This record gives sequence, C-alpha cells and structure tokens, in this order.
Amino acid sequence: MLEAKSISLFYGASRALNDVTVSAEPGKITCVLGRNGTGKTSLIRAIAGLSPSRGGSIRFSGQNITKLGADARARAGIALVPQGREIFSSLTVEENLKTGFAALPRANRNIPDEIFELFPVLKSMLRRRGGDLSGGQQQQLAIGRALVLRPKLLLLDEPTEGIQPSIIKDIERVIGMLRDRGTVSIILVEQYFEFARRLADSFIILNRGRVVEQGGPEKLKDKNVKALLTV
Amino acid sequence: MIPPDVKQNGETLLYLEDVSVSFDGFKALNKLGLDVKRGEMRAIIGPNGAGKSTMMDVITGKTRPDEGRVLFGNVDLTQHDEAAIANLGIGRKFQKPTVFENHSVWENLELALRSNRSPLKALFWKASAKDNAKINDTLELTKLEDLRFSRAANLSHGQKQWLEIGMLLMQEPELLLVDEPVAGMTDSETEKTASLLKTIAGKKSVVVVEHDMDFIQALGVRVTVLHEGSVLAEGSLDAVQKNPRVIEVYLGR
Amino acid sequence: MANTGIFNRSALVFLFALGLAAVAVPLLNLVVPSENVLHLPDYLVTLLGKYLCFALLALSVDLVWGFCGILSLGHGAFFALGGYAMGMYLMRQIGARGVYGNPNLPDFMVFLNWPSLPWYWQGFEFFPFAMVMVLLAPGLLALVFGWFAFRSRVTGVYLSIITQAMTYALLLAFFRNDMGFGGNNGLTDFKDILGFNIQAAGVRAVLFSLSALAVGLCFIAARGIVLSKLGLVIAGIRDAEPRVRFLGYRAEHYKLFVFVVSALMAGIAGALYVPQVGIINPSEFAPANSIEAVIWVAFGGRGTLWGAALGAIVINAAKSWFTGALPEAWLYVLGFLFIAVTLFMPKGLAGSFAGWSNLKKTSATPLPTPEMAE
Repeated sequence: MLEAKSISLFYGASRALNDVTVSAEPGKITCVLGRNGTGKTSLIRAIAGLSPSRGGSIRFSGQNITKLGADARARAGIALVPQGREIFSSLTVEENLKTGFAALPRANRNIPDEIFELFPVLKSMLRRRGGDLSGGQQQQLAIGRALVLRPKLLLLDEPTEGIQPSIIKDIERVIGMLRDRGTVSIILVEQYFEFARRLADSFIILNRGRVVEQGGPEKLKDKNVKALLTV
Repeated sequence: MIPPDVKQNGETLLYLEDVSVSFDGFKALNKLGLDVKRGEMRAIIGPNGAGKSTMMDVITGKTRPDEGRVLFGNVDLTQHDEAAIANLGIGRKFQKPTVFENHSVWENLELALRSNRSPLKALFWKASAKDNAKINDTLELTKLEDLRFSRAANLSHGQKQWLEIGMLLMQEPELLLVDEPVAGMTDSETEKTASLLKTIAGKKSVVVVEHDMDFIQALGVRVTVLHEGSVLAEGSLDAVQKNPRVIEVYLGR
Repeated sequence: MANTGIFNRSALVFLFALGLAAVAVPLLNLVVPSENVLHLPDYLVTLLGKYLCFALLALSVDLVWGFCGILSLGHGAFFALGGYAMGMYLMRQIGARGVYGNPNLPDFMVFLNWPSLPWYWQGFEFFPFAMVMVLLAPGLLALVFGWFAFRSRVTGVYLSIITQAMTYALLLAFFRNDMGFGGNNGLTDFKDILGFNIQAAGVRAVLFSLSALAVGLCFIAARGIVLSKLGLVIAGIRDAEPRVRFLGYRAEHYKLFVFVVSALMAGIAGALYVPQVGIINPSEFAPANSIEAVIWVAFGGRGTLWGAALGAIVINAAKSWFTGALPEAWLYVLGFLFIAVTLFMPKGLAGSFAGWSNLKKTSATPLPTPEMAE
C-alpha cells in the first residue's frame, strides 16, 4: 500500500512536481496520465527514490520511506521498470535478471520460474546479450527483472513506448495477471490512452506537475478528461 | 556575417525541405518540411520522439541531415557548424538553462554581446557606452535590472530562463529557437515568458518548442505538429486541437 | 561591473609580499653578518628561489586549469624545456673550463666522441638567443600540441592523459644520449652566467630577486588576462563549453591562447630554476612532476592565482622540512595533507581565507516570487 501525499520535486530550481498526492493498493492498477513534460516520470522517480522529493511524505506498507534512498526502497519491495527499459546491454538476459538479487535477502536469490511462464521468450534467450534483443524482448526482460524482486509495488513507466502491437498485448495480459493476483500494487505511467484505460482501476492526470484530474475508469470516457491528454 | 537575403516581414526566413536524419537505423526526421517567415513566431509541438530536438539540432548545425535542404534566407545551413550558424544570426535556447553560473547577470550578457569573437580582440576589449546601453535595454526587457550584479547561480529558475533569452537577444539574432522555455516554471513565470516572447516576435522570428498547452494558447500563434519525424498538421491551435489525426496520435500508438 | 580591477586587495597583498621578499632576502643574506641570528644562510636563498620558480609554474597551471578548465598533467614539460634552453646557454658558457677542456664541446659530447656541436646547439652561446628559445621551445610545443588537441575537441580526462603522454615522450627522448642533451646526466657543472660566477653570493641573490620579479610580472599579466573579456570567455569554457560555442566563440582558439601563454610562463619558471639549482636533467620531464604541480594548485586554491603560488611554496617548504625532520615518514605526511585538504578544504587554502570580499559583492539572494514564498 503506497501513499504519496503532497510531494514536490525540483531539478535544481526547476519545479517538476507540485504538491502531488497519489496512492496505490495491492491488486489495483493506478494509472498516471498526462502529456509530455507534465511530471509523470518525475513522479515515478520520486516514489522510487531516484530523485529526492521535497515536502509531504511517502508511506509504503505502513513505513515512512520519504528519507530512504533508492536502494533501501528496492529492498522494501519497490521495483521499477523505467522508461526506455534501461537493460544492461553487455550483460546476458540471465545476468540482467540476476541484478535483481542485490535487493533480496540471500535465501531468496533465485529467478522464480513463473517469470519464464509469463515471458517464455526470456527462457530461450538466457545466454543472449541484452543489447541484442529487440525492443519488445527488452521490455519483457525489464519487467521480468523487476519481478525478480518479488515486488510489493511495481512502477511501470511507459512500457508500451516503441513496442510492436503483439508484444503490447502480451504486456497488457501480464500486467492484468499481476493485478489479479492481488498481492502487488501497480502504478502505470502511460501515454497510450486505450492501453491505460483498459487496465486502470483508478487514475490521475498531471499537468505542469500538478494533479488536475483523478477518478475511476468510467471517468476516462469523458471528453473533457481526454482533452487534458491531447493538444 | 552573411546576412540572409530576407528583408521584409512575410518573406521566408527559415526553410526546411525533405530533411531526413537517421541514427543507427532509427529515422529521427522523415522528409520534414518547414517554412517560417520573417517576423513570425511558430510553435512546434508533438509527442515524445517526434523529432523536435533533432530538428533544432539540424538547424543549429549540431547534426548534419542525411538529405534535404536547410536554408536560412539564401544560406545553406548544412555547410556550417554551430559557431558559424550562431554568427549567421540563429540563436538557440536550450530547455535546461545553460547560463554561466559563476558569472554575474551582467557578465553573462556581456559575453553574449555581438562583438568580434577573436581571442586577441577579446583580450583588449573595453565596453563602450553603446554596449552598456544594449545590456541595460536587455535587462529591462527581461526584468532583471535589479539583479544585474548577482551571480547567475542565485537566480530562480524562471529568471535564469529569461537571462538566457536575454543572452540570445544580445547576439541580435534574426531567428530564435527556443526549446521548452517554461518547463518547471511557476504559473506567473509562464505568463511572463509568454509576454516576453510576444514582445520579441515581430522584430525577429521565433520558433518555440513546447508541451505546455496553456502556454501555447497564451502565445496565440500558428502551430506545427510533428510526429515520427515529419509534419502531421499545421494551423491555429484551435484547428490542430480538432484534427482527428492529431488526437489519435496523442492518445494512441 | 563586478570586477575589482587587476590590483584588488589580495593581489596587492601578494605583490607586496613578493616585493618585500625580493628586497629582504638578499639583504638578510648579503648585508646581515653570518653571526647575526637574522642572517639568511646561502642555501636558503637558493631554496627560496626554487620555491618561487615552482610558484610561477603553479601560476601557469592555475591559468589553464583554474580559469579555463584544462587539466594539463604535462606542464612539467614546458618547465623543463625552458630549463633546458637556459641549461644549454650555461653549458656553452663553460667553454674550455670543462673536465675535457674542449672549448666548443660540452664534456658529455666529448665523452660520446662527437666530432662537433650539433646544429640545434648553435646560437646558444648568445644570451639573447637562448632567452628567445626559453620562450620559443615551450611555446611552440604548446602551440602544436594544443592545436591538434583542442581542434579535435578532446576534453576532460582524455586531454589530461595525452598531456601526460606528451611529457612522458619527452622524458624518454631526453634520456637518450644520442639526442645530444646530456642524456640521463643532463646538463650541469655550470660556471658562469652573463660573465658572473654562478656560485657567487651576489649572483644567487640577484637570481632570487629576478624570480620574485618574474612571479610578480606573470601574476599581473595573468590577472590582466582573466579580468578581460577573454577571461570571461575562458571561464565560460570551463563552466559550459557548448554554450560558449553556441554564442559564436571558437573555443579552440581561446584554449590555445591561454595554453600557449601558460606554457611561456612555465618555460620562464624553468629557465630561472636551472641556474639556481645548478642542473637540468630529463627527470624534470617526469609525469609525476606535472601531477605534483597540479596538486600544489589544488592545495593552494584553484582559480585564485595567488592561491596556486602559495600552495606551491607551502607544499615545497613542507617537503623540505619533513624530509629533514621525518625522513621516513615525510611521504605519508604529504599524502595526508593532500587528503585532508581535498576532504575538508575543497577550495584549497585560498578558498578558506580570501575571496569572501568578492563573494559578498556579487552574490545576492534571488528576488522572491509569490509562489516561492511558501
């Protein structure tokens, strides 16, 4: 259970987030929508601990994690699938998956089989260099890598960007499955509107670093809401 | 400096035709065409990866296009590098303010003054009354008069952006390329920036890349929408907003 | 303008101290009798003169590094080249008074059975020619090296590495006997300079004062450079080079300018160093020497000029003292000093003392905008 209340983020003097509140519950997908430059990735970075937030608080599983570094948050069960995948291109698929071990206690340092059930292609490419995979395969690897952490909170930043439609379908299916398990909270940043709409249990829309709209999935059909996402 | 042969407002100042750029097989620009007139301000918008930055890089000489024409007046820009293009009269303002943090506001503007750029001339250069007047004018325009001796590092984000626009103006460019000027600004700073740019346009041509729709609204100019490296639509913000292709591209994949 | 002029407070203090030393040291050595407690022993005059030469070298490094961001780890090469030019003049002055008594050939050439003076030694018997070479040799090297390095836009660590390569290559070259510069023994056993006995007390004192004068003049010149518009540009190159290019400045030309000027200063430092220590050998080209010069600057305060000079003097003085007092441990003490300064005084000595008057004048808190007043 994640609760980020009234957080702000600055890059130097430039304000990227302004008093943003968002929450995520296990078994639910919270979508973060908005045009470019509105602060979606900044919000993910603030939750993951990659950039220090200012003001407000972030609570996760009853613990105040506002001051914790990114590594501590990973150990607490927050996993990130960053925009652009950020696969380690010179490491193999298997090694990429194993990087998740750093945040796990010794006893749990193994790759759960279910990752290969969700993404069979990874099993056949274990020895392949990450950089040699196609975009879609890299995306699957990135999600798999995050799942190695056995996360309680999964942060996905534009997982469909630059991916072919068939793999998008797979990813949609996987995210849905993870949600249905009921144990993981999911925050999904997306620009692909229909994809987000199909998965969202709740959503917020950012504009200029502020939350300008929020609600349940039915609200996403509203034309005025859509207007916030287009030109 | 070779002045472009464009004297009147209304004549084409910047002309791109069939410009294509590929990076490692990825087509960043795909037969892009653009026509900006003297004295015109144009807003460029488009989803992520549409090619806005690459287009700016091509115009300013940072990237050479694989094909296509890039004309500034009657000068072929593909034959020159950044410094030469800057001296030809094209000024670029980056998204992240890149003022000289350790220099004062005044010194920042002094550096940007149009002057002989050779080292020896710079060694013995003394400010003339005309130079100081120009700097003062720019300070007034950008509302930074009271901060003229402050270190640039101590300015607020918005003030740094205005300083950088001021530096751009000191070079007396004929075309300003402004990259996401209001990112991270407060609402009031955003408003001030819109009016600043509007004051500048008309005397110069301005091309603004932005995502902030309220800001674009405030500018009230012709909008060009880029998508996957080429122009998807062009027209008033209103017309572009209603364009179904544009809506589709912003919402979908 | 925020500039406070070439002769601001710290500059005047620095120049005054130099002037005082230039007068006091010869006085305390030559005039004050040796029984008097205030008498400055002969070896100290030479030692202090050596420190001043290092101070000038540090000044030259600060000019390119502190003000232009070019981390040159090869400035020892310019120092050494200036030193060799002076050394070659001094060798020619020995004439027939060498061990082998050959009026035309230095001892080491006789030893190597060379029939005659090589072409590149011609002219060094003339003092004016040698002085021109003191400037020309390092200057030309800096010009050619800098031209290729800066034009190719090599920066950062890569540039530093190739400056190391430059000085290392010269080290290897000058070590070779067949290069004709004395091989690993170098040039030494100098007899006189401009007709005066190089070992005489009076000459020693004059060399010291000249060193102080050189530091002072180069300091003023460097101040003039960094306070001019050229100085603004090179500081811009240090802080945001792409911005400078987009403003229409050819950064390579500016870098080349300060690099060459800096090399000239280093050459002068080397030329004053050699007659005071009485020898020049290829170890002056050692990469470690250039790195040490950078450490003096970092310790003293990069980007202040006088701080760099102070750093060179303090570290070398400490070195001399510690090698005497703690012959086993002095390297460790020195190492500890470097670490301590880096950790606790990142702006060096100068940053911890002065510069505050300048800072007060130019830094102002930003005007609060309504939204920020939360």
